[in-house]
Order: sequence, then structure tokens, then C-alpha cells
Amino acid sequence: MTTRPATLPVRGPGDRLSDLFWRRPRLLLALLIGPPLLWLGVVYLGSLFALLLQSFYSIDEFSGLVVPEFTLKTYAELIRPSNFDIIVRTVAMAAAVTAGCIVIAFPIAYYAARYAKGRWKAAFYLGVMLPLWSSYLVKVYAWKLILAKEGIVTWAAEGTHTSGILNALLSLPVIGGNSLSTSYIGTWIVFIYVWIPYMILPMQAALERVPVSMIEASADLGASSGQTLRTVILPLALPGVVAGSIFTFSLTLGDYIIPQIVGSSRLFIGQAVYTLQGTAGNIPLAAAFAVVPIVVMLVYLTIAKRMGAFDAL
Amino acid sequence: MHSDARASWGLKIGATLGLLFLHLPIALIFLYAFTTEEKSYQFPPPGLTLKWFAVAWNRPDIWPPLFLSLKVAAIATALALVLGTLCAAAMTRTKFFGRDQVTLLVLLPIALPGIITGMSLRSAFAMMDIPFSTWTIVLGHATFCIVIVYNNAVARFRRLSGSIVEASTDLGANGFQTFRHVILPNLGSALLAGGMLAFALSFDEVIVTTFTAGQQSTLPIWMLQELIRPRQRPVTNVVAIVVFAATFVPILIAYYLTREGAETAGGGK
Repeated sequence: MTTRPATLPVRGPGDRLSDLFWRRPRLLLALLIGPPLLWLGVVYLGSLFALLLQSFYSIDEFSGLVVPEFTLKTYAELIRPSNFDIIVRTVAMAAAVTAGCIVIAFPIAYYAARYAKGRWKAAFYLGVMLPLWSSYLVKVYAWKLILAKEGIVTWAAEGTHTSGILNALLSLPVIGGNSLSTSYIGTWIVFIYVWIPYMILPMQAALERVPVSMIEASADLGASSGQTLRTVILPLALPGVVAGSIFTFSLTLGDYIIPQIVGSSRLFIGQAVYTLQGTAGNIPLAAAFAVVPIVVMLVYLTIAKRMGAFDAL
Repeated sequence: MHSDARASWGLKIGATLGLLFLHLPIALIFLYAFTTEEKSYQFPPPGLTLKWFAVAWNRPDIWPPLFLSLKVAAIATALALVLGTLCAAAMTRTKFFGRDQVTLLVLLPIALPGIITGMSLRSAFAMMDIPFSTWTIVLGHATFCIVIVYNNAVARFRRLSGSIVEASTDLGANGFQTFRHVILPNLGSALLAGGMLAFALSFDEVIVTTFTAGQQSTLPIWMLQELIRPRQRPVTNVVAIVVFAATFVPILIAYYLTREGAETAGGGK
């Protein structure tokens, strides 16, 4: 009897290519990863590089044309009082929005993680995910309807005889305004509404990882439920809170639609970028402004890392 | 802990109010599409009418943005499906130098605020004198849609056991036959879910688009202009309902396609 190799005969180019990929897995890897890497490398990283490059250019004050020479003049303009105010205002808003998101997200995340079971759990998940994915502009528009001077909030305040409280709130010096839709309070509420799912999801994931035995141990050792919350649950949930805050903070820093539609006429970083690149045609300064959120986020991440927020992830 | 089975009233109220806060505002969009008042957002509406749907249908300025949005979302989704799947396939099969960096690179366009992606593209177009067109919009959209498809595909690849691929090879199938008859059917619903989410994301995108569209309007840009300078306010609501439906339905489908798995679609946007 003649012995034959235990492989099938080659039947065509498909087989030949398969053999080649089997012998050289690196070739297959390169073919697979090449196109996406090329796209992201050229389109995305290339653009980011262009952004950085532009921010080191400056604009000629007389001709209005971009001068393609390295200079720090554009960054120096950021520290001018009028521009620096924009940065401070945006960072302060981002911090306030993050704080508001944490407070409102906690009960939802805690309930979903600890008490919701089976179908309720799925309902909670959809209840958070659908607002997350539903149209951003529609959500912002909904709040313009709610906060308008003749809108539902004013109507409800009149109906419940609480117009006094609303007016007192609106007459506050910095955060007040003519109506909720033209005040910082309004901007703050809409920011919280739009970004809160980004806080709930990581918070819930972190709370689900808190072992029930630890909560039981805390109760056995005589802690009240408040003490357990403060000393056991919250510290263990911190990584989730930090992960969520990275989203809420960074998204607020970069948004320009919300303050444009609901809020006072004073600019945020995003609006500054948009107006500078558009009507003003000052791309270098717009690019320098766009670098600010990146720097702020890098500082924020460094502080979070120092505080040990990523250790438990 | 006995109280573990029952949530306290404070927590229940907090969670309920929180969920109402998330969902009630959208309902108002629907209500205002039927109001008879077109100059302000008066509440309660003085009367209800169906005429705005007809008015919106006959407004010629709504159709071109709608078609442009559909076209951009379709092309961007197709590109993202190809690139995202290729990337996911490469990442699950092998370990290689720079793997973590590639993951970061895929994630970055959606992790950084849209204004940075938008301004970066704008800077690049300005430097290379690329004129704005439908393709500049697609370029931006495809870039941040890749990660959506990638996330869905990579989760499914992880669940897909390696033994069925080996079994296919042992039974004499070559790489292409294995892909066609074994991998693709297993990957199908995850890709469909990823494609749905990518389409919804692209159809609704406004921030990056404002930097890459030039004079053209997608439907969200049309809506943004109406929000800043309103004409017939209820017509904007009718369009808002269309946009809402165009994003809501794909997301729901994506959820039902992937809910059996450990990784459900839409967890990370």
C-alpha cells in the first residue's frame, strides 16, 4: 500500500491563499489591521497633528491670513482676560455638571445594581440606554421647550404658587437671568440631562461589583445603613464615579450647542472655537482653544490616577 | 442583611424621579408637534391640530437635508462596518506589539469631545486646501463610527469559540469557506447591531458635522438652524420626531439582536 499525505489536494486559489496565511500569520494580520489603521492613522491622527500645528501658527493682524511660522503668540492670547474668562467659565460649568450628575445618578445606579432583578433590570438598562442614544439635538430642543419663559416650568410654578421661588432663583446675581432658558441654571440642567447616562452606566457597574458580604459584615458590626453607605459602599464605588466623571467633564468642556441654545450669551470654549474658525477665520486661535480641553483632561486624569481611582478598575 | 431585599422609600423615590427626569422631556417634543401656537412655546398648548405634519411634508427645504443625512449615514456605516470588522478580527486572533495603542486609537475619536475631532478635521482641510463636500462629512462620520462596529464585533469574536473554526478547517474548508459559512453567520447579528448603532449615531451627529459640512445641511444642521432662528416652531417638532424615530428604532433593534450575550450593544457610546 502506498502512503499518502493527510492533507487534501489544493483545489484552487482560495486554498493556496489559505495555505499562505497559515504559514505566514503576520501577513494575514497586516492585511486585516492595515486598512483600519491606515484610515485612523491618516484621517484622525493626521488631523490631530494638523490641529496642534495650526495652534502654533498665528494670524497676520493686517491681512487676516494665517502665517505658517512657529510661534507661541497664539497661546499667549489665551491668557488675555476675555479669553481666560471663557476657559474658567467652562471648567467651572464642567465641575458643577459633574457634581450634579453624581447626585442624580446615584439613586438610579444603586437601585439598578442592588434591587432590580430580571425583567426590571432589563427595563432599567433600556431606561438608561435609550436616552443615551436618542437624538442629542432632540433632547436639547425638549429642554428649550421646558425652560422657555412661557413654557411648562413657569406654568407649573404658577399652578403650585411657587413663582416666588422661581423668580428668586432667577434674580440671583451670576447664575440667574431673564428666564431659565437664558440663564446658567438652565445650561447646567440641560448639561446634566444630556450627559447623565454616561455617569449612571459606569456607576452601576462599579456598584454591582461591591460584594454583598461586605455590606452584611458592616451591618453585623453594628453600622447603620448611612454609615455603611459612607464607609463601605461609596469608597468601593469610587472608580465608577471617576470613570463617569471623565465623560461628563470632558463632554461638557467640548460642547458648544447647549450653551448656544439654552443659556446666557457669554461664550464657552466650544462656542469660542466655533466662532473663531467660522466667521472670524482665525483658525490658529480656534485650534489653540481646542487644545485646552485636551490639556485640562490630561491634568484631570493625572489627579484621578494619583488619588488611586484606577487601582480598582 | 434583611433590608437588602427591600429598597428604602427614599431610594425608590430617588430612582423613580431620576428615571422620570430622563424620559419626560422627550414626551413634550411629541405634544408640541400638535400645538396650534407657532410663535412661542406656550404651555399648555392653546389647541391641538394635525396640520403641521402636512406643512412639514410640503416644506421644500426639509427634503434635501434628509436625503443628505441618509446618504452620509449609509456610506459612513458601510465604511465603518468594513474597517471595524477588520480591526476586530485582527485584535481577537493575535497578540502583537502595539496592540493596546491600536485599541486606544480606535477609541479616541469618540472619547475626545466632538469639537476636537471637528476642529482637527477642519484644520487639516484648511492646511491641505480640501474643499468641503459630502465626502468631507463622510470622512468625519466614518472615523467615529468605526469604534461602534468594532465594540460589537470584538465582543462577539470573544464569545465565538476557536474550536468551531478548527473543526471547519479539519473538515477541509479553506480560510474563505470558513469565513463564509462559519464566522460570518455567527458574526451576523453583532454586525447588524453595530451597523444600526453606527447609522443612528451618524444620522444624529451635529458637532463634528458643523465643522466638515461647509454650506451643505444635514438634517441635524437644519434643525440646529431652526433652533437658533425659529420659523414655524411645530414643524421643527415634526422633524424632531422623525429624527427621534430614525435613531430610536435602530437602537431598539440593536438591543434585541444582542441581548442574549454578556456584552449588550449600546453600553458604551
